[in-house]
Amino acid sequence: MVNENDLRTIIAQVLQEMNLDSEKEEKETTVTGCAACHKEPEIEEGCIPDVTEVDIRKQYLVENPVNKEAYYDLKQYAPCRLGIGKAGARYKTDPVLQFRAAHSAAQDAVFSDVDQGFIDSMGLFSVKTQCENKDVYLTRPDLGRKLDDEAVKTIKEKCRMHPTVQVFVSDGLSSAAVAANVGDVLPAIEQGLKSYGIDTGVPFFVKYGRVGAMDQVSEITGADVTCVLIGERPGLITAESMSAYIAYKATVGMPEARRTVVSNIHKAGTIPAEAGAHIADIIKKILDNKASGTDLKL
Amino acid sequence: MQETILSVGIDIGTSTTQLIFSRLTIENLASNYTVPRISIVNKEVFYRSGISFTPLKSQTEIDTAKVKEIIRKEYEKAGMKPENLQTGAVIITGETARKQNANRVLETLSDMAGDFVVATAGPDLESVLSAKGAGSDRISEEKREVVANIDIGGGTSNIAFFHKGILKGTCCLDIGGRLIKVENGKISYIFPSIQKLAEIHGIQIQVGDNACEKTLYRVCEYMAQQLAMALYIEEPDGFHAGLYTNDGKPLARQPVIQAVTFSGGVADCMLHEEEEVFRYGDVGILLARAVKNCSAFEKIKIYPAAETIRATVVGAGTHTTDVSGSTISYAREKLPIKNIPVLKISQEDEQTPSLFKEAVKKGLSLYEAEGELEQLAIAFSGKYHTSFGQIQELAELLMEGAEQVIKGPYPLILIIENDIAKVLGNALNVLMERKKDVICIDGIHAQSGDYIDIGEPVADGHVVPVVTKTLIFNS
Repeated sequence: MVNENDLRTIIAQVLQEMNLDSEKEEKETTVTGCAACHKEPEIEEGCIPDVTEVDIRKQYLVENPVNKEAYYDLKQYAPCRLGIGKAGARYKTDPVLQFRAAHSAAQDAVFSDVDQGFIDSMGLFSVKTQCENKDVYLTRPDLGRKLDDEAVKTIKEKCRMHPTVQVFVSDGLSSAAVAANVGDVLPAIEQGLKSYGIDTGVPFFVKYGRVGAMDQVSEITGADVTCVLIGERPGLITAESMSAYIAYKATVGMPEARRTVVSNIHKAGTIPAEAGAHIADIIKKILDNKASGTDLKL
Repeated sequence: MQETILSVGIDIGTSTTQLIFSRLTIENLASNYTVPRISIVNKEVFYRSGISFTPLKSQTEIDTAKVKEIIRKEYEKAGMKPENLQTGAVIITGETARKQNANRVLETLSDMAGDFVVATAGPDLESVLSAKGAGSDRISEEKREVVANIDIGGGTSNIAFFHKGILKGTCCLDIGGRLIKVENGKISYIFPSIQKLAEIHGIQIQVGDNACEKTLYRVCEYMAQQLAMALYIEEPDGFHAGLYTNDGKPLARQPVIQAVTFSGGVADCMLHEEEEVFRYGDVGILLARAVKNCSAFEKIKIYPAAETIRATVVGAGTHTTDVSGSTISYAREKLPIKNIPVLKISQEDEQTPSLFKEAVKKGLSLYEAEGELEQLAIAFSGKYHTSFGQIQELAELLMEGAEQVIKGPYPLILIIENDIAKVLGNALNVLMERKKDVICIDGIHAQSGDYIDIGEPVADGHVVPVVTKTLIFNS
């Protein structure tokens, strides 16, 4: 234990050193301040490099590494924030900026809406759940599982009833994921099912939707298999990851275990078009076995 | 989910014939919630045959009936039946690696070796298989070093080298334990280039001379030195370039080799001192001693090989099979298919639609015999077509480019490196209204000149075993 006197000495010493430092700094700033008075600020042409452009598998920032090559090779296995070095006890500036950029992208993915132009270009009509806005959506998961009256009516009008397979798209927690993947996944599912001779209903888009909304969609359309393509909760590696939840004769209130899921669909995960073909195969297996989720061995 | 498949490896060499049975474990390494990723996770040799001399009718012709007898007995001893086997390879090596031998062995063994096993040969492949059997690739991967394996056999030394587990090159030299044979204390055979090698170092040896241990050891020392030159541990001399089998090429100088493993029959002799040096009627034991004492090899690390005399057969039994899956598309009733030549479309051609179509068309014409197209597989990287739209475009290009295959009697076989086989297969099936059988597999790297076998699906139909063979026959 340090006794009181020692402690006092140490504190006094530290304070003294701090004062010295700040005095020095003050002096320096005054000097530069004066120089600046006489000089116009210089504006350089050019751009600061975009931190989001950095491939974190390739960036290795450890100074004086024991074996840089081996660590670098290790980094190639997964896009993790490893080997990013440190500045004293803290992160370096570049990784901090990257981290914050990734965090912002994740937040944007949650809080932004899927572009209506994209929904139209996919030929989807749009309905919504009982959530009025994003805030309600985020705070009331129960409402995100229920379609509003308008939606029920529209689906009844526009969809063919009792299709073998009903596919729909929902924003979920990442609008960015929908925009990035649905264009490849949806046609690949439809083509795969077509090649098996399985008929599909009219696809549509559900705004403010959670996975559970598929149960109600299943009950309304009377489809044998219902499949929702939904944005996953974004992470700091990608905000564009999408999942497909698939269930055989889903009903409101059924156990979650009855859903089959294919996750991690994005360009650095499962290639979206190939994922679509794989989902079509799973749907065929579900139809053959009349079971989904844990009841079905894939 | 784990599943095992049984594989046989048969090595019919100039001097010996061996067989192993191994168990390959395949497992889905992905979680339940993602697309399955099925790989071979374990390889275990559970039966090793004895080592028999290869029955020969002449210096170059294999007595296939007797070989069959040897193999039948080994099956019996191991309690294996051909129908238990899902995959494997027969490899014919060394001087006997000739096309007519391969065909004859294939014919004779077809009912024996399971449905999936095919004769294959060639010094490059032999180098790779023996090195993998010796475990050099694994050592190189684990230690992150450049590791070479020298498989010193009777007639040749096969060399392959790896950097971080990746194959960097192969070569084959006419250096071996049976290039000088000894009978009743007299030299009964000398391979011409070895006689020359002795001569330039001032050693005169002739057939009929008394087999003097001291003299022959000196010749073996020069042979060992030539092996060191092949790895550039020692600077190659003027004579070295002429020692490559069939005027083959030496290894690249880069990356610089840091370590070596030794396999083959001669390496086996390196493990224990033999009193009776001419016990095998050749200089194998002397060569082993010379390699062991060769000062050049002290400059780099020497790792013990996982297998010595059985390296090639273990390599053939465990390292020829790959799996393709799990998102693939195939016409089940068409499998297995064997010995399909590969037409590889270059990556440059792949990037431009018109070039791709033309390259397929032109390539196909090479496989035409008497106006009829033989069965073949079209291979490409698939790196440039990943969106749904691009894949539809690719399917259409293939429909046009491979029209001749589609009209013909054989299925359309596509081998792709990138993971797009299922969606491409679907696109083709829809375009052709499922009227044509399509086999579309991915995760497989094949080159023009390779041959490919695709086995019956395993793991609930998720994957097919694939054997890619680089066949370079000694003509």
